[in-house]
Amino acid sequence: MPNVNENTAPVAVAIRELKKVYRSDGEEKVALHDVSLDIAEGDIYGIIGLSGAGKSTLVRCINGLERYDGGSLTVHGREIANLRGNDLRALRRKIGMIFQSFNLMPSRTVAGNVELALLDSVNSKSERKHEVEKLLELVGLADKADAYPSELSGGQKQRVAIARALANKPDILLSDEATSALDPNTTKSILKLLRNLHDTLGLTIIVITHQMSVIKQICNKVAVIDHGTIVEEGHVFDIFANPKAALTQSFVATTSNLGKIHDLLDEHSPLVQLEPGQVLLRMKYISKEVSEALVSHISRTFGIDVNIIFGDIDVIDNAPLGGLVVILDGAADRITAAVDYLKDRNIGIEVLAQ
Amino acid sequence: MNILTQWFPNVANRLPEFIDSFVQTVIMVAVTGVISFILATLIAVTLTLTEPAGLKPNAVVFNIVDKLINLFRSIPFIILAAALVPVTRALVGTAIGTKGAIFPLIIGITPFFSRQIQSALAGVDVGLVEAAESMGMSVTKIVYRVYLREAIPSIIRVSVIAIVSLVGLTAIVGIVGGGGLGDFAIRYGYQRYMLDATYATVIVLVVFIGIIEFIGRQLVEITEH
Repeated sequence: MPNVNENTAPVAVAIRELKKVYRSDGEEKVALHDVSLDIAEGDIYGIIGLSGAGKSTLVRCINGLERYDGGSLTVHGREIANLRGNDLRALRRKIGMIFQSFNLMPSRTVAGNVELALLDSVNSKSERKHEVEKLLELVGLADKADAYPSELSGGQKQRVAIARALANKPDILLSDEATSALDPNTTKSILKLLRNLHDTLGLTIIVITHQMSVIKQICNKVAVIDHGTIVEEGHVFDIFANPKAALTQSFVATTSNLGKIHDLLDEHSPLVQLEPGQVLLRMKYISKEVSEALVSHISRTFGIDVNIIFGDIDVIDNAPLGGLVVILDGAADRITAAVDYLKDRNIGIEVLAQ
Repeated sequence: MNILTQWFPNVANRLPEFIDSFVQTVIMVAVTGVISFILATLIAVTLTLTEPAGLKPNAVVFNIVDKLINLFRSIPFIILAAALVPVTRALVGTAIGTKGAIFPLIIGITPFFSRQIQSALAGVDVGLVEAAESMGMSVTKIVYRVYLREAIPSIIRVSVIAIVSLVGLTAIVGIVGGGGLGDFAIRYGYQRYMLDATYATVIVLVVFIGIIEFIGRQLVEITEH
């Protein structure tokens, strides 16, 4: 993850008290309410929510595909609501967008689809051809230039869509559930491509998703949206380590198997049957500053046995995140001392059984 | 020639007139087809853009065009053709013959043709339109680069349907003096009980429609990816 210094990085998209209401047959449905966000240049900003939470509406307000009814939304300082006609279209060319269903034109070849985005901005046909070649090279599909979308796999289609979205050299890329229709391996390769493009082109990427794993893999910031309102936002590591809202907690739980211990306890699994003097603990990494060999350290220093039942540790933002479920075995005072030591090290400790 | 004189004696006796009638039918279908295709495309695009979820929503334009189409579609063609006689005469100078038939044919087929093309355009995935918008494309360019282009196979399919209906309408204008194969079949086959004239007309029309459908299928195959 590139280090984005949030104090100096200029704001790419500033959203203040955004409001969007859908009206049909005299009935009003609030799609967005009091949404405020700052997305800095260079961020990979995740917006996660369940379907119908308003995340797609929010991202469509950014490039003016949806009009908002209140509040303010500026991109590089320009209020989207004030842009019309040519100004709005010029801005859209500088904001790429990719979609869950790829939205490639079936009647055009791969090269034709990418060229479509250049028809209004590059006049010379040979120049366009050259640009298309470079873009297809960038997404690793140079050999598919003459294929039609129907001949491509989902991952290849999304690569073409990415090449098309980048054709006019945008500095912001909107990704609306771009990996939701792809299998896990393809998802990974697309996310890796997005990450590379972010690093090499300095793109700001706004990622709409309902999958916490996507946030975990590429985002540095995340906002959780529920019923049209932001319920929690912050750095991805902090949100994963310390989810506060109930919805965030349930999203985080989907990416970890540490909750499984409760099932084991309920089932009286032999794995968690304790002998006298043993303590069943859940240790969670909740701070970024953990890098020492904790398990062997407490085992050696306090003379206790540490039996790892299971663990789930991931690396987010170059810091370990997740935790272990362990059984400590030893003298009661040594265990207490070890637990105190871990707490001092900013490890979240939860005694599950003793 | 033998089979023709043996099985279709009345047609054989009037072969030049029969061929003439066929040519008239082809001309009526071709001229009306081209003009009404252009009109129908314009009307269908107007409806697609001005509908509530369209790119240029406009309730007034949409409702007027929509209701006009319904109005004309609800009038049976034979009544419409008769009712249009004064208008046709004022416009083209005559209400009979191929020349007088084309105007009522256009009025008769265009509403149906428009609905067909409208449904072809409605089949274009809204996601494609949204993608084009997100590229910063103008509405006019979206019309021909996305709506019309992506709907080409469907437009060909519905055009075949409309042209086949149009062949039916050219037979009906025969009754109000329009000429063509319909006129031939009615004058000889129906009014003078020359059954072979009717059957010969049927065979020629079946083959004619078969050829139109064949060409349509080939074009769909070429344009669909």
